[in-house]
Amino acid sequence: MKAPKFEYVRAGSRQQALELLDQHGEDGRILAGGQSLMPTLNMRLSQPGTLIDINKIADLSGITLENNVVRIGAMTRHVEVANSPIIAEHLPLIAEAMEHVAHHAVRNRGTIGGSVALADPAAEMPACVLALGATLIVESVKGRREIAADDYFQGLYETARESNELLVEISVPIEKPDDVSVFLELAQRHGDFAMAGLACVARISNRTFEDLRLVYFGSEDKPTIATGAMAAVVGQTWSAACKEAAADALTNDLDPMTNLQGSSEMKLHLQKVLTGRALDAAIERAEAA
Amino acid sequence: MLDKPNSYVGRTLSRDAAKRAVAGRGRYTDDIAPARTLHAAFVRSPYGHAKILSIDVEAAKQQPGVTLVMTGAELAEMCTGPWVGTLVCFDGMKSEPQHPMAIDRACWQGEPVVMVVASTRAEAEDAAELVIVEYEELPVVIDKETALDKSTPVIHPDLGDNLAFEKMIETGDVEKAVAEADVVIEDTFTFGRHTAVSLEPRALLAEYDPGTERLTIHTSSQCPHMIQAVFARTLGVPEHNVRIVAPDVGGSFGLKIHTFGDEIAATAAAIKLARPVKFVADRLESFATDIHARENCVKARMAVSKDGIITSLDIDVRSGAGAYSQYPRTSVFEANQILNITGGPYGHENYRATTQVVYLNKVPTSQYRAVGHPIGNTVGESLVDQAAAACNIDPMEFRRRNVMRDDSYPRVSAAGIEMRDMSHQQCLETLVERMSYDALREEQAELRKQGIQRGIGIAAFIKGTAPGPAGYYGAGGAPISSQDSCTIKLEPSGGVICMVGVTDQGQGVDTVMGQIAAATLGVPMESVRVIEGDTDAVPYGGGTYASRATAIGGEATYQAAMTLRAEILEIAGVLLQAEPDTLDILDGHVVDKGDTSSRISLAEIGRIGHFQVAELPNHIQPTLSATHRFRLRDALYIFTNGIQGAYVEVDTDTGFIKLLNHWVIEDCGRVINPQLADEQVRGGCVQGLGGALYEECVYDTAGQLQNATLADYLTPMAGEMPDIEVAHIQTHTGVSELGAKGVGESGTGAAPAVVMNAVNDAIRPFGGKVTAQPMSPETILKALGKV
Amino acid sequence: MSESKLEISLSVNGEQVTRTVPVRQHLVDFLRTEEGLTGSHLGCEHGVCGACSVRVDGAVVRGCLMLAVQADGAEVVTVEGLTDTGEIADLQENFVERNAMQCGYCTPGMLITASELLKDPKPVSREEIRNHLSGNFCRCTGYHAIVDAVENTINKRLEEG
Repeated sequence: MKAPKFEYVRAGSRQQALELLDQHGEDGRILAGGQSLMPTLNMRLSQPGTLIDINKIADLSGITLENNVVRIGAMTRHVEVANSPIIAEHLPLIAEAMEHVAHHAVRNRGTIGGSVALADPAAEMPACVLALGATLIVESVKGRREIAADDYFQGLYETARESNELLVEISVPIEKPDDVSVFLELAQRHGDFAMAGLACVARISNRTFEDLRLVYFGSEDKPTIATGAMAAVVGQTWSAACKEAAADALTNDLDPMTNLQGSSEMKLHLQKVLTGRALDAAIERAEAA
Repeated sequence: MLDKPNSYVGRTLSRDAAKRAVAGRGRYTDDIAPARTLHAAFVRSPYGHAKILSIDVEAAKQQPGVTLVMTGAELAEMCTGPWVGTLVCFDGMKSEPQHPMAIDRACWQGEPVVMVVASTRAEAEDAAELVIVEYEELPVVIDKETALDKSTPVIHPDLGDNLAFEKMIETGDVEKAVAEADVVIEDTFTFGRHTAVSLEPRALLAEYDPGTERLTIHTSSQCPHMIQAVFARTLGVPEHNVRIVAPDVGGSFGLKIHTFGDEIAATAAAIKLARPVKFVADRLESFATDIHARENCVKARMAVSKDGIITSLDIDVRSGAGAYSQYPRTSVFEANQILNITGGPYGHENYRATTQVVYLNKVPTSQYRAVGHPIGNTVGESLVDQAAAACNIDPMEFRRRNVMRDDSYPRVSAAGIEMRDMSHQQCLETLVERMSYDALREEQAELRKQGIQRGIGIAAFIKGTAPGPAGYYGAGGAPISSQDSCTIKLEPSGGVICMVGVTDQGQGVDTVMGQIAAATLGVPMESVRVIEGDTDAVPYGGGTYASRATAIGGEATYQAAMTLRAEILEIAGVLLQAEPDTLDILDGHVVDKGDTSSRISLAEIGRIGHFQVAELPNHIQPTLSATHRFRLRDALYIFTNGIQGAYVEVDTDTGFIKLLNHWVIEDCGRVINPQLADEQVRGGCVQGLGGALYEECVYDTAGQLQNATLADYLTPMAGEMPDIEVAHIQTHTGVSELGAKGVGESGTGAAPAVVMNAVNDAIRPFGGKVTAQPMSPETILKALGKV
Repeated sequence: MSESKLEISLSVNGEQVTRTVPVRQHLVDFLRTEEGLTGSHLGCEHGVCGACSVRVDGAVVRGCLMLAVQADGAEVVTVEGLTDTGEIADLQENFVERNAMQCGYCTPGMLITASELLKDPKPVSREEIRNHLSGNFCRCTGYHAIVDAVENTINKRLEEG
């Protein structure tokens, strides 16, 4: 199980990376943390002509807070996100989600940009950036483009990023002080990809949901915003009936893919259970705040 | 001898191999890299069943670094003939002759078709991608339940049907017992296909010296002598010219008692090229080629009187083998063992067990840790729990009424198995105490009121260990010894060399043999060196599998040490002018019995016996070495027994199971090294828990293995596994002087049963019941009617 | 396509080495075949088992999920290096004493992963230890003994300050 032959270029700068991407087109492949790409190379499931290594580009990583927006460089490693005081304070959803991201050694190397660029439908970060209404910033030799998370995830491992574009930054508006967020995931083993999971951001006043965003992962071919379930809850005072209404509505929102982890029906069931639990937790957190 | 104060037997001592492992100084097969080593990679069938129309290797041969490209037909020319995986002890069994690599037809996805040998593994894989094989897909047989239907294609037309083997055991009158029973429990149980997933994959390094015609193979193996015999016979090399060395072995679990076609191919390449050739299966190959196991469906019925006494049991086992019966150990032992052990702890007198083992277009199946036991124990113990519930008797009490009494041995079980020296009652009462059974039941009831659903599982078990020669491999015609051996020598320095046929894969076999030798001889542990895993060095033996190393190899070591001890005392007696039976050996010195002061050291005896023989009278010819072999006489196995307890919590909304506590009380007879015995049990349990909760080789209808990666085939990891409390009852077996039984598989054999019982105990109030493993969340949710 | 190679310079267990390596070679193949450091093992080569764990610039990584050429300029430490410096001598001793390994194949990866808990030892629960080690597969022990050994080491370090 050894990787096939390829060329390897270590990009020294962002500009060089963009030029290499432009030059190699579909044949080039960005090597970020490598935690998803390397297995596919070792298994010979992908055979890129040229790997463009962006690990040494210093200005692609780091976490900063500017004007209520957290800017996370695409090469920022999961471990840095997990340990960041800025994330802990302003994006508690991501902080909570990080506990579910793979394992120690993988978090030391894997990057948030890699996760978002790959768009694995069972991964945590894509769901978080969608739930938080983030903006994905991509660059190519032709310039810079901002893509709303809502428009970014398009299908199974498909995103709005073009093959000559490099994801350089994830800009996430901070969670508002009166918002609460909850991240729940079911995986059979610690650190596995999700069997079902959801990222929830809510504004609650007197047990009433004033605003709500529910994003499900580990279900469809991409993270899914559950508009029906959200509508069933917003404006409502939290109650058993409301919980049931949210679960019912989810039936129309989600059509999970059957995979080795379970059937579509089972996954839908789990997402309904998680919905109730997440909203319960949101209420609890709002009341504790 | 062994029970002296401060004896090494019964004492925890750490392993020398552990000291190497922590420093990264383990030496596994792939760590050995002679100059000019070449690497083999394989083109494997992408189909479950396909005719091979043509093979074009020309492009591959032109690739950089490539030394050899060999097809199945070319390999067959170097072999003495195909393998046939049958044993005469399995009456009526049949199997298709199997070549090491497919020639005209591939019968499972992953079967080797072409070998490429190159300077590096990467180059071999590059070239393998360029081999063009034209296939014509054939219909596949995937479902064991329909494999014998008339409408199902026959995989090997020469066999006439897809039946590998069938068997029936019948004792007493089951139908009468059922007709007279107050309660009859009937159920069907299914078990997923597993594979061993040793962390170190299969690995082999073959070297051939054309001058001496000697073939040396370093391989990750549990049984070097069997490998020697099979490789020699298959490749037509005289057996005495073949040396097998098993260096450190990175996990085995039964996987590494087998022989595989790709390994024969790599060895053939080494002979042909007269260069070292290495083959290390990568993880994807491991899933698609390592033996699989456990795929069974069991229909079972238990009859019980209203006072909770089991009167009969009958089972029908449909066992799914692979495309061929695995040579030379066959693919039918698992089914056979299920027949032998199901309901084994209990005293019922009516039993009927039938099995049919069928061929499927899947990876061949064979022996994997605790062969058959996880299945037999799960079936029996689940029926017991259901029967207890139906009789409204506490499941512990129900077992108390039914287990074979400790004073009832020797006896023969309903399956016809001889049982002796067992302790079900003692184990059960110890478990009650260790798990605080009554308090736990109270806690469970209390938590139910809070909506927390916990379950308590109990599973009594038996385990066949240390198989004897009757009805076993050797008797069936396979070149596998059921005996084991030890040669022990006193060196001139007073050091002791102990060469054993059993092997170590991390269990601590070498430490245990050293402890037995040191304790028996009366020498310090530090002066004993144990050599294993090299056919050039050690006396002939079977190796380590089926929990036989300590029970069989340990007794051989004990006997050999006793003989050497007698010789040492005889020489000492001459030198000291004392009667040998007034002398003893203590800490490396000959002493007067009951005294501790040295009369003469073993170093002195060694010096005289090797260098200064003139000091001895002529009638004494010191050999200062002894070889002993041991085998069971009449018994099929040394059966052990025990009981496990489990405490779990089930999230009835998600179907997720949390393992809280796990207890094992088992009786492996005399315990040589308590820590090593405990760790065998713990590790074995977790392997069983993996099968119960996660593990399954999933095939689609086209015969494609769907989860052949370590990311998709779920093994138990640290995060979800419980701490495991272990205790031993030590009823020495009477078949040996040492008194040790096997311990390596007791955990695996009953852990799936106990955790399934615990889960069912948790969900019983909701009308739920699980009878399929692995118990995935979906299985639980379905049982609860939630999906 | 011919084999593409690059020259790299890196520190391996404190020793500076310069080598020309195939760009497709992963770090552990490099360490094992070029440097003879066979303590790091390959168990899956797709980042799941953890047997190949090594330290790169102070952080534990999967050695099979990093190319050797990416280690150019880096400080790589393997179990052999950790043994030589004595940094985890107490952990190793506890592993031996507690028999926290059987076949030993996972052991180097386990030790390197566990060593992260020892850098700045804090009281941890067994559950936290289990979660920390949850990316390292051991087929032999059932993990209980490994958790014991790590727990003992942390407690001892905390006691000794």
